[in-house]
Amino acid sequence: MQRRTLLATASAMMMALAAPALAQDEPLKVGFIYVGPVGDGGWTYQHDQGRLAIEAEFGDRVETTFIESVPEGADAERALTQLALAGNQLIFATSFGFMDPVINVAQRFPDVKFEHATGYKTAENVATYDARFYEGRAVIGTIAGHMTESNKIGYIGSFPIPEVIQGINSSFIHARKVNPDVEMRIVWVYSWFDPAKEAEAANALLAEGVDVIMQHTDSTAPLAQAQAAGAIGFGQASDMAAFAPTPRVSSIIDDWSPYYIKRVQAMLDGTWESGSSWAGIGEGEVVIGEISEAVPEEVRAEALALRDAIGAGEYHPFTGPLNKADGTVWLAEGETASDADLQSMNFYVEGITAQIPQ
Amino acid sequence: MIQLVPRQSASNTWQIATPLLAVLATMITGGLLFAIMGHNPVAAIRTIFWDPLFGMASSYSRPQLLVKAAPLILIASGLAIGFRAGIWNIGAEGQYIMGAITGAAVALALYPLEAWWLFPAMVAAGLAGGWAWGMIPALLRNWFGASEILVSLMLVYVAQRIAAWMAFGPMRNPQGMGFPGSRNLQQYPSASNPELIAGTGAHWGVVAAAFAVLATWFLMSRHIRGFHVRAAGTAPRAARFAGVRPAVLVAFCLGLSGALAGAAGLFEVAGPAGQITDRIGVGYGFTAIIVAFLGRLHPVGILLAGLLLALTYIGGELAQLTMGLPAASVQVFQGMLLFFLLGFDLLTRYQIRRRITA
Repeated sequence: MQRRTLLATASAMMMALAAPALAQDEPLKVGFIYVGPVGDGGWTYQHDQGRLAIEAEFGDRVETTFIESVPEGADAERALTQLALAGNQLIFATSFGFMDPVINVAQRFPDVKFEHATGYKTAENVATYDARFYEGRAVIGTIAGHMTESNKIGYIGSFPIPEVIQGINSSFIHARKVNPDVEMRIVWVYSWFDPAKEAEAANALLAEGVDVIMQHTDSTAPLAQAQAAGAIGFGQASDMAAFAPTPRVSSIIDDWSPYYIKRVQAMLDGTWESGSSWAGIGEGEVVIGEISEAVPEEVRAEALALRDAIGAGEYHPFTGPLNKADGTVWLAEGETASDADLQSMNFYVEGITAQIPQ
Repeated sequence: MIQLVPRQSASNTWQIATPLLAVLATMITGGLLFAIMGHNPVAAIRTIFWDPLFGMASSYSRPQLLVKAAPLILIASGLAIGFRAGIWNIGAEGQYIMGAITGAAVALALYPLEAWWLFPAMVAAGLAGGWAWGMIPALLRNWFGASEILVSLMLVYVAQRIAAWMAFGPMRNPQGMGFPGSRNLQQYPSASNPELIAGTGAHWGVVAAAFAVLATWFLMSRHIRGFHVRAAGTAPRAARFAGVRPAVLVAFCLGLSGALAGAAGLFEVAGPAGQITDRIGVGYGFTAIIVAFLGRLHPVGILLAGLLLALTYIGGELAQLTMGLPAASVQVFQGMLLFFLLGFDLLTRYQIRRRITA
């Protein structure tokens, strides 16, 4: 305890030296740490687009910096400390694995505000934020259910964590809703970005007769494989428009700009508060990319109607009756899933025959 | 006409001069690279090599040098002994991961027991895990003549898979809401490896690295085993007459370097990293190979080389932060260092002569 206070005092003193009293015309310094390179074309790229959106929105009133390709763990703690020591007052940590380092560093810099993406630990000066990607999955699941001819949909999973399992369940539920014969094949690649493994996974799925591929990984490799085999797929994280109109028939785009702009505005207004944000289609954080002409008009209309209903809050993608894969009841007729349930989701819904790797 | 003439024996002057020359050449070429990218090369080199030691936030970054250098020095000390005997352990990364897993397993199995002997038991388990992983290539080489280079390297990928399995399966934190990763050992007092004196960065891994430098120096210069190692490396046939049994030496070198890498993994997972995740291996085992060669396979050289490499990591982050240099340019920088070192190494074994032709 004593050591902690000592550290806190020391860092407070360092802060005082590093950042002389914030004058009105002094720009707000905003820092980012990224798990990948900004050129990954997927996850980190989209976060960096959010950073650029802040610069475009606020101009001279903000100054942003970033550290890219930071491994999760010990290095993240050092990178975060460096950002805080450099006088950044608001720091975005954009990967799940930065969670404990963020909490540690936030304790030493009580005057710096931290924002952690996709985690679940908050503090006085640590807020979390995430996007409801499963809302977008419902929309592309609907398209997939209509488009498949073999009635086999493939899903390339990154890691068996709640966020990814939500996506699998949401797309399966909505595919089956429009096509009761649909089956789902799932392959795990244990990476967020690995073109070689993703291509291999896509080929394994195609060999099983899958003709629609969904992916929760960030490279375009599955789309390239789908193209060669005459199957279709969807853009992930970024639009991947280069593969339109086929094999990419639509996409789920992460757009962090609305949230980043909102939080920077709160800092400038002095109204920043900790909290957990989980926004989706309605807030513009999950965007459905253009649905290409390869999709029949009535399917497009149905998908867009679903998107708008979710965005308006009229429909929740996890609405009962829904059973778990083991046959037990999860949601009764008309009941919707709670956020707490979703955030710890580790089961498939009824109809998916695969097992979640343990 | 320039000609390379082999030296009678390796030049002592060049032994010491080549690493310095390599660093200098890296700075010049790196500076050129930065200049081409539109940055001020002098400022970039100063940010990487000077600011972490004497810059604004150096009171923070200096201790961090120890934290970053400790695992590198610990692993490289072990590797260097094998390298001098011509036994090539390229898989320290895997041994590091296995040491982290076996060491953490002791703590996780006994959680929440608090006892003074827990941490020593974890260190022993970490040493044993790394040792056992190093013995696999040793035994395969002794029994079947398999190349220890390939076997140890391939076992890195096996270890990474085991780490992923542990993080998602047996070691997953039961209170982690379904997210991957073990309990955080930093929050488990008896199992944690904290800073021993606040503000120094020094944890038990730093102490162990210092001890490893002394111990390997003693071994190589004062102990009969060190003589065997050197004999086997310089004159294998003669070494047999001097009573060196190659099989024993292979087992000794791979076992020792494996054990030290395993200990480094344990100190890291109990300290700065905190938890077993699927990305527990962040490349220390591979970077340690650069450290070993940059340090001329000599304990004191390794100490300096480890600190230098740590400097490029931390300075590289600063350069990203203050100058916007991409992370990849720093990795290019580290690669250049090894490249120039191996290049200049020619001068220790060969003389450059100008041939006079009539």
